[in-house]
Amino acid sequence: MSASPVRDQPARAWPRRRSLDPADVDLRVQLAGVALPNPITTASGCFASGVEVDRFYDVTELGAIVVKSVTREPRAGLPTPRMAETPSGMLNAIGLQNPGVDAWLARDLPWLQDRGARVVASIAGNSVEDFATVAGRLRGQPGIIAIEVNLSCPNVEERGLVFACSATDSQEVIAAVRAEASVPVLAKLTSDVTDVVSIAEAVVDAGADGVTLINTLLGMAIDPDTGRPELWNTYGGLSGPAIRPVALRNVHQVHQALPDVPILGCGGARTVEDVVQFLRAGASAVAVGTATFVDPFVGPRLIAGLRTWCAERGIAAVTDLVGDVQPWR
Amino acid sequence: MSTQRSGTVQGRPDLDTPVQATCEVLDRRREGAYWVLSFAAKEIAERAQPGQFVSLAVQSPGALLRRPFSIARVSQQGVAAGTVDVVFDAHGPGTEWLTSVRGHDVLDVVGPLGRPFPMPRRKVGCLLIGGGYGVAPLLYLGETLRREGLRVDMIVGAATQARLLGVIEAKRLSASSVFTTEDGSYGTQGRVTDVLEAVVAHGRTGVVYACGPNAMLRAVSERCGELHLPVQVAVEERMACGIGVCFTCVLPIRDRAGNVHLRRACLDGPVLNGARIAWEDTRYGAPSARTPAGEGGDA
Ligand SMILES: Cc1cc2nc3c(=O)[nH]c(=O)nc-3n(C[C@H](O)[C@H](O)[C@H](O)COP(=O)(O)OP(=O)(O)OC[C@H]3O[C@@H](n4cnc5c(N)ncnc54)[C@H](O)[C@@H]3O)c2cc1C
Ligand SMILES: Cc1cc2nc3c(=O)[nH]c(=O)nc-3n(C[C@H](O)[C@H](O)[C@H](O)COP(=O)(O)O)c2cc1C
Ligand code: FES
Repeated sequence: MSASPVRDQPARAWPRRRSLDPADVDLRVQLAGVALPNPITTASGCFASGVEVDRFYDVTELGAIVVKSVTREPRAGLPTPRMAETPSGMLNAIGLQNPGVDAWLARDLPWLQDRGARVVASIAGNSVEDFATVAGRLRGQPGIIAIEVNLSCPNVEERGLVFACSATDSQEVIAAVRAEASVPVLAKLTSDVTDVVSIAEAVVDAGADGVTLINTLLGMAIDPDTGRPELWNTYGGLSGPAIRPVALRNVHQVHQALPDVPILGCGGARTVEDVVQFLRAGASAVAVGTATFVDPFVGPRLIAGLRTWCAERGIAAVTDLVGDVQPWR
Repeated sequence: MSTQRSGTVQGRPDLDTPVQATCEVLDRRREGAYWVLSFAAKEIAERAQPGQFVSLAVQSPGALLRRPFSIARVSQQGVAAGTVDVVFDAHGPGTEWLTSVRGHDVLDVVGPLGRPFPMPRRKVGCLLIGGGYGVAPLLYLGETLRREGLRVDMIVGAATQARLLGVIEAKRLSASSVFTTEDGSYGTQGRVTDVLEAVVAHGRTGVVYACGPNAMLRAVSERCGELHLPVQVAVEERMACGIGVCFTCVLPIRDRAGNVHLRRACLDGPVLNGARIAWEDTRYGAPSARTPAGEGGDA
């Protein structure tokens, strides 16, 4: 390939403005019409229901708490082993263990409400009706600022095909949830599809107020000696820094195609620089999952670090970063 | 040096206030087939109780998750005050990396985590059964029980003599101690459960505490069930977080009504009532059968 000579010149180099007092940096963001004090949230299934991490710090400092997915009925989940570590990541197959929406409302939500947390309820199901029923139960609950719809669930009515892999199935779920919900609805999508943009367009058409990108990637590991899969379930979801480049690509593609659709970026975020990358790619806020397992304090550390990062570069508002990718050509 | 905040997990103060701390390594030495790592962790030492664990960040290439280790000893007084010891078996990349740390290196430690061994409510004889490195937290427990004026007996088992941990401490600590090796290289040839009944009989045992591979804990729990002895076991399960947020570490636990629920070993355990674990629903061992040891241990 005959390339034209490229001069090694950064498109735009920081610092280009004078540094600021960190206290003057505005970290507030809007996510699907909801105001958050900062863009750092938890990722569903990686924060249980909040009380566990509150032993370490005040979890209401977080922009929002995305809680573990709840279903219509309680779920026992899968047998162990449920987890296997892989290079810079991990596989999990939990099987959506949760107490069911009614027990969650009775036992877990009140604590979050008392603490004044901003709660994003995550819902899961195996049929359109499942999702709609759970969404209906959540209607009018104080403290719930949005519903995230975990579409990475097998659809029993479609021979177990995952909702998020089909534009029409995803659309049906989102339309049903939208009809029941009293708060903004985020559709959580998977990268395990041919064209994530077409799925994103479909859910937005069906009434989603935003999208969460991405859920885990389906993966596998085998014990070379015993020949057994590392997970009881054979396959599991890959998360952690290993998937960050894939997550960023998804966020960027959807933001380029649908610049007005709010995105909650998710997948492997661990450092302030990771968060900045997600914002630049087009995310309005960033959900942090697996990093919490490694560092219980990752949330407040990222909030403080983002403030300093912006201050040092003279960035007055974190929203200035959203979608700011400088093209090579 | 560390940050801490009090809260309550389901109203249970025994699970409260772990800390994250940057800890200076004081010593790393061999002990038989194992390694002992000592680090300065005042806040953790103050809070620790026998049976709890710490999770250490490791820097082996590609490693992401912390590694959990039982607290083997804490020093509250003297020049070593605020020191925490763990004993480990180097058998994978993370534990291999830990063998390379040196004095004055720093470790990122979270702890103390999990439910400790409950103290007996009455003055009873306590039988401590340890397999492999599982002996480490029992020596810590034994010291505590002795300070409470309780009788301690011990059974210490391993595959072979080199993997028997704490022989001298076990002898010093307990009214009687029995050692088993599977190859007969030291003590009685066989497994800890082979000698359990005899020790119970002469030690007037009122409660059994055990730590070791899960297959051993199953066999001990089942034997204690037959003997109508209360048994508390410290289990191991793969843990992604160690702090109760990921649900990877669950074990099937029977409630009073007999219904089985998957409970988090890092939060409701690692010390659990052995009689309440639905062992038949786990992948560990089989009733009193000679099964290979569970992952990462030997007894
Ligand atoms: C509550 C608890 C207390 C423990 N106490 C001790 C102790 O005192 N001394 C000691 O030597 N070991 C102890 N272990 C086991 C120890 O955590 C593992 O040996 C260690 O994580 C292995 O890491 P690795 O990178 O060397 O091995 P690898 O096999 O490469 O580890 C890969 C992954 O599997 C996990 N894993 C591997 N083996 C085990 C295991 N047996 N239990 C749980 N997770 C495992 C690792 O954490 C890691 O995520 C304990 C485990 C638990 C859950
Ligand atoms: C142990 C575990 C459990 C999870 N449970 C859920 C869940 O219940 N619902 C959901 O939408 N996503 C779930 N996820 C996916 C995360 O929310 C997130 O999308 C994914 O892990 C990528 O982000 P991360 O790399 O920051 O963890 C889970 C992930 C992990 C590791
Ligand atoms: S290890 Fe994460 S919940 Fe127990």
